Amino acid sequence: MDAIVVDRLTKTYKPVWPWQKETTVLSDVSLSVGQGEIFGFLGPNGAGKTTTMKILLGLLRATSGRVELLGAPADDVAVHARIGYLPESPYFYDYLTADEFLCFYGRLAGLPRETVRQRVPQLLERVSLTEARDRQLRKFSKGMLQRIGLAQALIHDPELIILDEPMSGLDPIGRKEVRDLILSLRDQGKTVFFSTHIVSDVEMICDRVGILAKGKMLALGRIEDLVNEHEAQSVEVVCDGVVGDGLVAIKCKAIRILQRGERCLMILPGQDHLEEVLAILRHAGGKLVSVIPHKGSLEEIFLEQTNRKV
Amino acid sequence: MQSLVVVAGNTFKETIRDKILYNLVFFALLLIGASVLLGTLTIGEQSRIINDLGLAAINLVAVIIAIFVGIGLVTKEIERRTIYTILARPITRVRFILGKYLGLGFIVVVNIAIMFAMFLATIWLSGNVIYSSLFQAVELILVETLLVMAIAMFFSTFSSSTLSATMTLGLYVIGHLTGDLKGIAEKSQSQLTETVLTALYYVCPNLELLNIKGQAASGILVEMGYQATATAYGLAYAGLLLTGACLIFQRRDF
Repeated sequence: MDAIVVDRLTKTYKPVWPWQKETTVLSDVSLSVGQGEIFGFLGPNGAGKTTTMKILLGLLRATSGRVELLGAPADDVAVHARIGYLPESPYFYDYLTADEFLCFYGRLAGLPRETVRQRVPQLLERVSLTEARDRQLRKFSKGMLQRIGLAQALIHDPELIILDEPMSGLDPIGRKEVRDLILSLRDQGKTVFFSTHIVSDVEMICDRVGILAKGKMLALGRIEDLVNEHEAQSVEVVCDGVVGDGLVAIKCKAIRILQRGERCLMILPGQDHLEEVLAILRHAGGKLVSVIPHKGSLEEIFLEQTNRKV
Repeated sequence: MQSLVVVAGNTFKETIRDKILYNLVFFALLLIGASVLLGTLTIGEQSRIINDLGLAAINLVAVIIAIFVGIGLVTKEIERRTIYTILARPITRVRFILGKYLGLGFIVVVNIAIMFAMFLATIWLSGNVIYSSLFQAVELILVETLLVMAIAMFFSTFSSSTLSATMTLGLYVIGHLTGDLKGIAEKSQSQLTETVLTALYYVCPNLELLNIKGQAASGILVEMGYQATATAYGLAYAGLLLTGACLIFQRRDF
């Protein structure tokens, strides 16, 4: 059983007044997230990531399509006891102390008082907020709020954790801490579904990724597969002993040439001219050292997909 | 059930930490000031004026809390987006609404109880008689406050804070004038005016039914049958509004 199933999800806002246009924020979006997987939901701002997450949690109703969480439909509130959620830019009850805040969310998840009392100190330590235990949230910095938000998502030891932009507003150390936390959750067998618009966050920790833009799913799969499917962007050729006319002929084909003594490094735009360049090289009496095709990075795929296909 | 109690408890804590009980200081000062100023009057007049003033002040403070805290219960959660993390827990929307209502209801009960205790102490210290009718009046003030809270909550499930406050205040005022509405309807020459005003008379809550402050201040008891009917009417109306609030809230997108 998949942890998350989204099948042909569409969300349309009907106009309030006759002169307004109907707005489609999600169009036929499908994805599935396996148990124990880290899934990165990548897309620029306004792509529909938060809308998808809200539909998953029953905060919004889909116009059409089907959603399942841990085998239950989205409107089954009972399944929420097994799900942790951190919204984007969270704002919490600022009159509560960190300790009271986590107790509140633990109790709300249906945990007995004793279990909550045991878990709160452990979680505060996990998100490095032990010293702020008795401080009201109104005195928390943005980074601290993000960390206490993560703690509330984990207080009931959920099987599935849904995080909306969990790294936003964090400094590099904070981002690394969140990444490590997500990886440790996977090691515990949890499923993590998180959204971001920052490619490196996804590239570093995700098993699979979905790229969403303007409400449409543009790419979906394992990062290696997506990168391998992508055509080579450039080819790097290193050779020795090419001078004179041979070098001039190669320069016409390359987009960049670096020369240091005998050694020459050239970057070719794709594989089209590779055979031709190798022929010139052989004819000029040069010695081939290496040929390395450079696959596109996830970032290149993301930029290409979001700029061209929508 | 646990989730309902947890939401109610948190609402209670939130309201207390918003320093809502500071109103009690204002109330105490008003009572002390009044009893000192009225000390020169004859015993009968003094008792009547302290009773009038005390009951009116309890009513006013309780209704102000019901309206202005009541409308914020749901709208604040939506505007501040705390609703997202709450509804992502295993709690139904109905329980959330009822939990919020119960939390504020508890605040109102505590508040009215403290004000009433201070009021009785003032009467006793000024050497006047404590009438049983005062207990009847305060019980109906509590019912009215619970009803006004339900009105505020109903409006706040589908409109902004400002609009909810305006509509709740409007309905509160109309609720105290329903008797007049019926009188005007009967005297009206136009069939349309009569129909509209009669409809308003039956749809709007009749808050004057819950107002026995005048006679209570003079020590006149109302019949127990009236007291029970008025209480049942107020609570049933509040129940109806809360049902409406739950139905609307269940259909809302966040």
